[in-house]
Amino acid sequence: MDFNWLSTILFLPAAGAIVIALIKGKDEKLYKWLAAVFTAIPLALAIYLFVAFDRTAGGIQFEESYLWISPLNSYYHLGVDGLSLPLVLLTTFLGFLAVLISWKVTSRPREFFAWLLLLETSIIGVFVSLDLLLFFIMWEIEVIPMYFLISVWGSGRKGYSATKYVIYTLLGSAFMLAGILSLYFTTGSLSMVDITNSGLGMVQTAMPAAAIFWLLFIGFAVKLPMFPLHTWLPDAHTDAPTAVSVMLAGVLIKMGGYGMIRLCVSMFPTQAQEYAQILIILALIGIIYGAAVTLMQKDIKRMIAYSSISHMGYVLLGIFALGEVSLTGASLQMFSHGIVTGLLFAMAGLIIHNVEVRDLTKLGGLAKQIPIIMVVFVIAGLASLGLPTTSGFAAEFLVFLGSYTSNAVAHLNVYTIIAIIGVVLTAGYILWMLQQSFHGPVKKEFDKVKDADGLEKFYMFVLVAVIMLVGIYPAVLTDVFKVGIEPIVKLIGG
Amino acid sequence: MNLELFKPEITLAATAVLVILLDLFVQQKSITKYLSLAGIIVAGVFAALMTGEGGSALFNNMVAADSFAVFFKLLFLGIAFLVILGSSDYENKFANFKSEYYALILLSTLGMILMASATDLITIYVALELASVSLYVLVSLLKDKKSTEAAIKYLLLGAVASAVLLYGMALVFGSTGETQLTAITQAVQASSINSPAFYVGIVLMIGGFGFKIAAVPFQMWVPDVYEGAPTTVTGYLSVGSKAAGFAVILRVFFSAFGMPFTMSHEWGIIFAALAVVSMIVGNVAAIPQTNIKRMLGYSSIAQAGYLMVGLATFGVAMSSTMYAESGVLFFLVSYALTNLGAFIAIVIISDKINSDNIADYAGMGKRSPLMALALTLCLISLIGIPPAAGFMAKFYIFSLAAQNGLLWLVIIAAINSVISAYYYLRVVKVMWFDSALSKEKVPSSVLPKVALAICCAGVLLLGIIPGLLMKLAELASRMFTA
Repeated sequence: MDFNWLSTILFLPAAGAIVIALIKGKDEKLYKWLAAVFTAIPLALAIYLFVAFDRTAGGIQFEESYLWISPLNSYYHLGVDGLSLPLVLLTTFLGFLAVLISWKVTSRPREFFAWLLLLETSIIGVFVSLDLLLFFIMWEIEVIPMYFLISVWGSGRKGYSATKYVIYTLLGSAFMLAGILSLYFTTGSLSMVDITNSGLGMVQTAMPAAAIFWLLFIGFAVKLPMFPLHTWLPDAHTDAPTAVSVMLAGVLIKMGGYGMIRLCVSMFPTQAQEYAQILIILALIGIIYGAAVTLMQKDIKRMIAYSSISHMGYVLLGIFALGEVSLTGASLQMFSHGIVTGLLFAMAGLIIHNVEVRDLTKLGGLAKQIPIIMVVFVIAGLASLGLPTTSGFAAEFLVFLGSYTSNAVAHLNVYTIIAIIGVVLTAGYILWMLQQSFHGPVKKEFDKVKDADGLEKFYMFVLVAVIMLVGIYPAVLTDVFKVGIEPIVKLIGG
Repeated sequence: MNLELFKPEITLAATAVLVILLDLFVQQKSITKYLSLAGIIVAGVFAALMTGEGGSALFNNMVAADSFAVFFKLLFLGIAFLVILGSSDYENKFANFKSEYYALILLSTLGMILMASATDLITIYVALELASVSLYVLVSLLKDKKSTEAAIKYLLLGAVASAVLLYGMALVFGSTGETQLTAITQAVQASSINSPAFYVGIVLMIGGFGFKIAAVPFQMWVPDVYEGAPTTVTGYLSVGSKAAGFAVILRVFFSAFGMPFTMSHEWGIIFAALAVVSMIVGNVAAIPQTNIKRMLGYSSIAQAGYLMVGLATFGVAMSSTMYAESGVLFFLVSYALTNLGAFIAIVIISDKINSDNIADYAGMGKRSPLMALALTLCLISLIGIPPAAGFMAKFYIFSLAAQNGLLWLVIIAAINSVISAYYYLRVVKVMWFDSALSKEKVPSSVLPKVALAICCAGVLLLGIIPGLLMKLAELASRMFTA
């Protein structure tokens, strides 16, 4: 491929951020339009790549590789396979929608959109990097925009939440850095492709492979987040501005799941099998505990935040069930959770913006006053609890099917049945949330609350359409995911 | 003897003398500033022309002119250049001592350059004193209560450190009968010296040098001196003096104590231990600080800790040298740019708001966005978050350490970086999120802005394309493999 598609997708948002930061416009609309353009083009390109991706050939496509730092043997190496391409698509998609969702940001819009675009670049960078150093740099860069976005445009205890987020992330990446360094010196390579292909068995390991596995895993587990490393998430989500919550829940935490599959499982198949049992138990705790805590929440955003912990538990379960179906399910769950929770946060943001109440116990009877938001919120909620014909059902079904039939760990079918209890709890809190906010006696003080306007309807319906599409015809994604996951499953030997 | 190789030093010394003399005759004092800058540039050109030349020796092997020395010549000249540029507004605080200020900076730079090139215990000591004595005076130049107190503290503790160093040198000399670094190794190997006095000598020398690089437990002077000294001098001290200390340590411990490997392994472990305590003490003590100079003082202790991870690797890996020292050199350059950038920004901001309190930086993001952005970039680099140079420097140094079986040290260092994020980010938070006390802009003349721009550009450049400097650092450290 002659044209550097991935570099273009990767750096267009960053270029947009620089343009927005430098341009001197009196009109605030200019920034929004620029941001929309600089996220729309990467989205269009990502859709093109998704269509052009050769599903029969598989492997890594649209590769770019240039020597970057020769003393470290580090390359500027980009590429996508069946696993990362849908996530790139998801990132550009939500990145574009995040700009639309932020259309009503009035405080310091120039900086807001610049940071938002920079955030998008760093997340795309994580998914397309095939060099460990580049991967880590992209992983780290994301911290700076997040810090600013939460602490300037957030609400509530925003300073506390932003700092907590940064410290957690940096702590995770400290371990990950140690893992990457030891990986580098046991193999002498920073290339993720080479290390995956040649494996660690061939080289003399200066330190036990299990130690490297855990160092890397902790870094990803903080981001996913896995119980008990999740406590940053509710705070960050609750206090972040809406668009940032969408990005955070939609794609940022997917970096953790992606990293686990790409580095932990692919490079350490033996260790992954060895520790799958304990990780699956942690996943189960996450699913049940997350759902149980969600039931107790009264703040609408905090509730959705906690539900993410539960949903990410399914991802962890799918990954470490280590079967082809379960891994495909986990990947699909990442995508599905991205759009579903993205939509939930967008809706919650709309309610908070329009109604100016975020306490569920004080809401109620809104079904009459804001019917459109109500309908979409209900669809998003049902998708979140995994109703058939929504993407949530397809994803969770695959995860359960895959883990039930997998033999990677003894008694996995029992674990799977326990995990399914999580779905019941999910139904409980989702329905309670919908009931609290939309049903019950109509409250007069909300009579003048505005329903969604044209732009908001647009992004709502786009998201609903994608949720339905993936739910009814999941093969549009699973076909691609499979191409990426098959070689990984071969490494595991399953 | 080939005086050609001594041209940068001669130029620098001549410029310093000229600046003092000229001060007597000219009324327009800014001439001395430009003269100093010109002298540094000329010396820099001479030094740059020497790159690539082999390890020639001068004055009966008292001073070397190898690529390692040239690397540090350029580094120190660069630091002095940026500090002088950054002092253009601040110099007004020195009233009648402007020219002396520039002359002293030149002289102490000369001392640091000689420290990096000295290959004999005697020249090392003389060079170290030249650098230190100039710094003692520089610290006192504000002539107020705090500045004087800082200078006295620095002088007294510095004198003790010098005495300790000298005692160590004497013990080493007593055990080996040599003062020349390479001759010491030969003597050690020839008669397999194993006396306790020799080892005590080495430990005392670590103590003496530890004072220069501000390693725990030799860091007591740092917070007070950093707070009391003129801010430009603090900036100069925090990078120049530290870099000189590391240059000397690298050379001495390689040339004199590098063999046998059992010994280098032992002092490597000593440095590893010092690194751990420096990082922890520096980072933890920086958290409660309210004065930004004091905070950066503690931060510089922590940064010395990260650098000592490199020294530990250097010692532990001596038998299989894999350019462990080039990591230290890269880190020193990146740290110099970062810390100087931070201090120049602080000089400009504090000059306006007349306070070094972090709380008074509130709303700087609104009052002077560019200045706040520059300081933010430097602080991010100090944490070690990409794409700033600090990340690459840490990655480079840690990767070399991990390679040589010091992964435990790397993990401690990485966790310390996380702790440091807390106090660096607090400054960022105050600047951008707290409401401003006034809406006045923060004015500054052109030269400090140029210096700040150079630092920030360097920080970004080293973070994104570090390859070139890494190559230079490897070139400079080639003397260790030969």
